[in-house]
Amino acid sequence: MTFMRSILGAAATLALVAGTAAADPAIIFDLGGKFDKSFNESAFTGAKRWADTTGGSFREIEMQSEAQREQALRRLAEAGSNPIVMTGFAFGNVLAEVAPDYPDTSFAIIDAVVDEPNVRSVVFSEHQGSYLVGMLAAEASKSGTVGFIGGMDIPLIRHFACGYAQGVKAVNPDAKIISNMTGTTPAAWNDPVKGSELAKAQISQGADIIYAAAGGTGVGVLQAAADADGVLSIGVDSNQNHLHPGKVLTSMVKRVDNAVEQAFNDGPGFETGTVVLGLAEEGVGYAMDENNAELVSDEMKAAVEDAKQKIISGEVEVVSYYDNNSCPALEF
Amino acid sequence: MDFSTLIQILDSTMRLATPLLLACLAGLFSERSGIFDIGLEAKMLISAFFSAAVAYDTGSVWLGLLAGIAASMVFAAIHGVASITFRGNQLISGVALNFLASGMTVLIAQNWFQQGGRTPSLLGKARFEPLTLPFADALSDVPVLGPIYSELLSGHSILVYVALLAVPATYWVLYRTRFGLRLRAVGENPAAVDTAGVSVIGLRYAAVAIAGLLCGIAGAYLATGLQAGFVKDMTAGRGYIALAALIFAKWRPWYALSACLLFGLLQALALRTDVVEAIFPFRMPVQLLDSLPYILTVVILAGFVGKAIPPRAGGQPYVKER
Repeated sequence: MTFMRSILGAAATLALVAGTAAADPAIIFDLGGKFDKSFNESAFTGAKRWADTTGGSFREIEMQSEAQREQALRRLAEAGSNPIVMTGFAFGNVLAEVAPDYPDTSFAIIDAVVDEPNVRSVVFSEHQGSYLVGMLAAEASKSGTVGFIGGMDIPLIRHFACGYAQGVKAVNPDAKIISNMTGTTPAAWNDPVKGSELAKAQISQGADIIYAAAGGTGVGVLQAAADADGVLSIGVDSNQNHLHPGKVLTSMVKRVDNAVEQAFNDGPGFETGTVVLGLAEEGVGYAMDENNAELVSDEMKAAVEDAKQKIISGEVEVVSYYDNNSCPALEF
Repeated sequence: MDFSTLIQILDSTMRLATPLLLACLAGLFSERSGIFDIGLEAKMLISAFFSAAVAYDTGSVWLGLLAGIAASMVFAAIHGVASITFRGNQLISGVALNFLASGMTVLIAQNWFQQGGRTPSLLGKARFEPLTLPFADALSDVPVLGPIYSELLSGHSILVYVALLAVPATYWVLYRTRFGLRLRAVGENPAAVDTAGVSVIGLRYAAVAIAGLLCGIAGAYLATGLQAGFVKDMTAGRGYIALAALIFAKWRPWYALSACLLFGLLQALALRTDVVEAIFPFRMPVQLLDSLPYILTVVILAGFVGKAIPPRAGGQPYVKER
């Protein structure tokens, strides 16, 4: 009997040890999918970079449907993953419910604010980055008409559009901005055919620079712009300049990768609260590399750098769509 | 709205209606023979993937098209085996295929290309280029008819014309050939066809195979005509809209053409918010335009506008009396 008990005890200790050893960080990707060449892929890059530098390993789950969110979150928390990072505004409500049940687990959510003691909310000042690419768009545009194509019609995407429109208007107050949303369901993140039809429709309305903030749908937008003569596109979230060299004006990069890597590095019990990553923190910006070097002249770059400094110092204020759910430069 | 805007919208309508039309005709053959086909979406998706993958590997869009058609026909064969030979539930078989295609394409694409469930972008000969019809450039200055010919009709990929020609071909096959008569009969009263000494199973397999062929072309058009590569779930529900169009068209080929063009027009209009605002005096939500195909189908099904009667033996596996 005592023998049995000691074996059971040993087994229990082992299980406990195994439990603590399994306290790997975890990441949950939203519906766009891990390899959307954009938002989620950027998060994956950050997680992978953490794994490469520290030699650690992490768990990951890719959402396939809305219904899986809570289940996935609880499963990871119960399996002892810590910290748990999730990408996407859609986790907001779910996390607010789940987080109080696992007070010892640290959660980080990107693109939404959840007010719980064990949650770090990382939000980006997308309007500032979009403002800068908007300026570039207005300067590169010959027709004076520029386009914006959003994915799912949510406040976050309007936030992108709003900053972009303000940047365009700052350079050319008479510019016309055509704005379209792909849809109102999560399928809008993965419909490149509709993305390129939207781009073609905007091109026929005179747009010669089109900014796509639409996840996988953006692939179609960039393709349609690359196929048309004299039309440039602007990528989003990850640096998408390489997708069509010489045909992508720039990309509004959002350093989701840094946010994820940071959360993984800080480990369990990290500092919580809301973290805002803007231009000053290098959380957002515009991408320059050899693929678009010829498209952006030195004057354009100087003007944008100047605006960047002014935004950081507070001299220029980019109005956020969230402030009063409307945009001074664009009507939805 | 000026004339050139109208032409642009109709041009977009043609592109958006083509995959719907091909899938709708595929469903027409299958359902007219008594086999319900929820799996149009699956066949388009698997074809989109294999056409893009093979076109990328070989650099030839025609080989891609063949591969797409072959993949789609394999899926059609699975549906046939499940629902004709083994007399399984046709709806469940179709739904299973939809799941299978959605998962399998991403898995294979990730394994082959390591680009996150998509194929690399296709260039040059690996894509269907727009086809310029004869005299399109010369006639473009003719008022009214010129733009209609040179911009609306010309300048599409060859698969658009294939889709348009498939409509009279379908009509001819179904209503003017012995095969078509038997096919329609097997969807209404398979026992009578069997009594006449014609193989019910053979006819149904033939119909399902034709559906596979047409869906294969539709999928290849999405991936290599409209787009330059495969992206996860890129069919985005077009198979279901095609089914709605099939009901809307009351299972007839010419009606299918007009239903698909109507649904394509609604989709094209939803893309042009400026035009929508100009047409309607009030603020029309584009979401309403997107959902109109489904609303119209429900209206038709409810019997407000004529009656949509499906083939009588549809959905029932044929059991020979013993």
